[in-house]
Amino acid sequence: MNTKAIIQVRDLVARYGDDTILDRISFDVYEGEIFAVLGGSGSGKSTLLKHLLGLLEPAAGEIIIDGDGITDCDENRLQQILQKIGVLYQSAALFGSMTVAENVALPILAYTDLPEKFVSHLVRMKLNLVHLGGYENYLPSEISGGMKKRAGLARAMALNPKILFFDEPSAGLDPVTSAELDNLMLHLNKSLGTTMVIVTHELESIFAVADRVIMLHNSTRGIIAEGDPKYLRDQSRNPFVKQFFNRLPGDMTAVNRKDEL
Amino acid sequence: MKNSQNSQSCRYEVLQNNDGVVTLHLHGRLDAGTAAQTIAGLKSCLQPPLPPALTVDLSKVSYLDDFGALVLVELKNLMRAQNGGLFITNANEHIREILSMLKFDTLAAPASLSRQRHPGMFVRLGEKVLAQAAGLGLIFSFIGAVCLAFVHICLHPGALRKDDTFSSMEKVGVDALPVVALISFLLGLIMAFMSSVQLQQFGANIYVASLVSLAMVRELGPIMTAIIVAGRSGSAFAAEIGTMKISDEVDALFTMGFDPMCFLVIPKIVAAVITVPLLTLFSNLFAILGGLVVGVFMLDLTANAYMAQTLQTLTLFDVFWGFFKAAVFALLITGIGCLRGFQVRGGAADVGRATTSAVVSSIFFIILADALFAVILRYWK
Repeated sequence: MNTKAIIQVRDLVARYGDDTILDRISFDVYEGEIFAVLGGSGSGKSTLLKHLLGLLEPAAGEIIIDGDGITDCDENRLQQILQKIGVLYQSAALFGSMTVAENVALPILAYTDLPEKFVSHLVRMKLNLVHLGGYENYLPSEISGGMKKRAGLARAMALNPKILFFDEPSAGLDPVTSAELDNLMLHLNKSLGTTMVIVTHELESIFAVADRVIMLHNSTRGIIAEGDPKYLRDQSRNPFVKQFFNRLPGDMTAVNRKDEL
Repeated sequence: MKNSQNSQSCRYEVLQNNDGVVTLHLHGRLDAGTAAQTIAGLKSCLQPPLPPALTVDLSKVSYLDDFGALVLVELKNLMRAQNGGLFITNANEHIREILSMLKFDTLAAPASLSRQRHPGMFVRLGEKVLAQAAGLGLIFSFIGAVCLAFVHICLHPGALRKDDTFSSMEKVGVDALPVVALISFLLGLIMAFMSSVQLQQFGANIYVASLVSLAMVRELGPIMTAIIVAGRSGSAFAAEIGTMKISDEVDALFTMGFDPMCFLVIPKIVAAVITVPLLTLFSNLFAILGGLVVGVFMLDLTANAYMAQTLQTLTLFDVFWGFFKAAVFALLITGIGCLRGFQVRGGAADVGRATTSAVVSSIFFIILADALFAVILRYWK
């Protein structure tokens, strides 16, 4: 595996008012890997994602994406850095007034000088890539949830970003559609070498696609485990990690070990 | 024949062997950074007459994505225009997989980037008429559902959601008071000022008080208040219910056994029907105050004389007729706002359309109802 870190998070502190959500967390995401951020509800997964996307300003710490710090750069520089990333939101976040093709074409028309004919070819290819060829003229309200996710993925990949972020990609999908999306992610990762960061708690998806995971927990407001998901499932001594991977019920509040780092 | 070129990090050379087979060798990366320049270079290099077949050798291509595949698409189209063929050779496994995922072999026409309209004008007209007819059905069913809900609330007053009603009263009434007061005060001021210019010529300054009070209480007070409420609250009702509709909250109410009309519409109607006449009262008072300021400071009238003339002009019927009209306007604004909310289908853009439509339709029906009231009053009195 490539060992060049494409995302570096250093001592990140995230706060909402006086509430500390993430306390001095640090990790690296390596180029070309599929990296998953796990954790139960309220563990700070979404907060971490928003910080990585530059939507929230960290209270302290540093986030470096492909060599550029995003925490203290100006708006124009941030826009340039953000062109290196694509995001598939939980609801796909397609623009309802635009067709699927218009949604995918939007970033290409905005950020490249390609003539419209080339953009049209690209849109068809991108929709073929996510198995949505033939749905160009449909509105988001006219297609199913799984199709919306794939159309959202095509839009996220419009500029072939170096890093793709997925926010709960399996949420609301049936197992077959979810497995198809996992397959698609693996193919894209292998063929295009795109680094992928997935925020999820869907175990099957994690075992199917993730090379490496970190697990957040609200008791420590930080990372309680990091490594290969199958190794963590089988070998971790951390009670919360065992509980999470083995889907055990019960109240696990006394977790404060960080024994997998 | 040999022709070669550099294009950022993608190089190419065209070679023709002794048998006349033309091969294009591409080298390096074919991606977003190199595709456009490579296409331009190749187009100037491959001038007609083109060979009957072109072989593209990808053995030296280290990376290819969909932007890079554009180069191959353009070459394919170029050759097809000359009835020639394009053959791709020596692509590595990754490139073959990408080209297969992109369905390169079947890729022909580009995607249409804008939504295709139906061809005929009559088809579109027919669709509009059918949509309007369907919309009319929804309007009648909405009116019926609201009436049934109202009857239910009358029979079971405890079923009225009092907290929601008070909250709506605050939003529709109390929060709108400053803007209604300011606009009405200025309206009274302007009316008094403009009419005084004419009335002064006849020494009839005192009739400024009659003009301002009668115009406001009978017509302008209820209408101005209703238009402000339509802009503030009618739009808010449409946006709130529309957003609830697209996030399935309305369906959730229904499946939990709540009637969305009783839950969402009746509290708003009750709140608006109570508060809009009260807002109208304040509107009338502030307009009269505006006229009084002009009367006292510009027309040398005393405050007592102005108020006496105002009271002498107005009858109790005028005041209550204004309140009645305001209550009807409130019913229209709330009904239309909620109806537009329930008509939302799709996403955020439809919520925007519903909000605009709520305000425009409300204002239209307010004016229409006011015209009807004017005719009724003419034959009644």
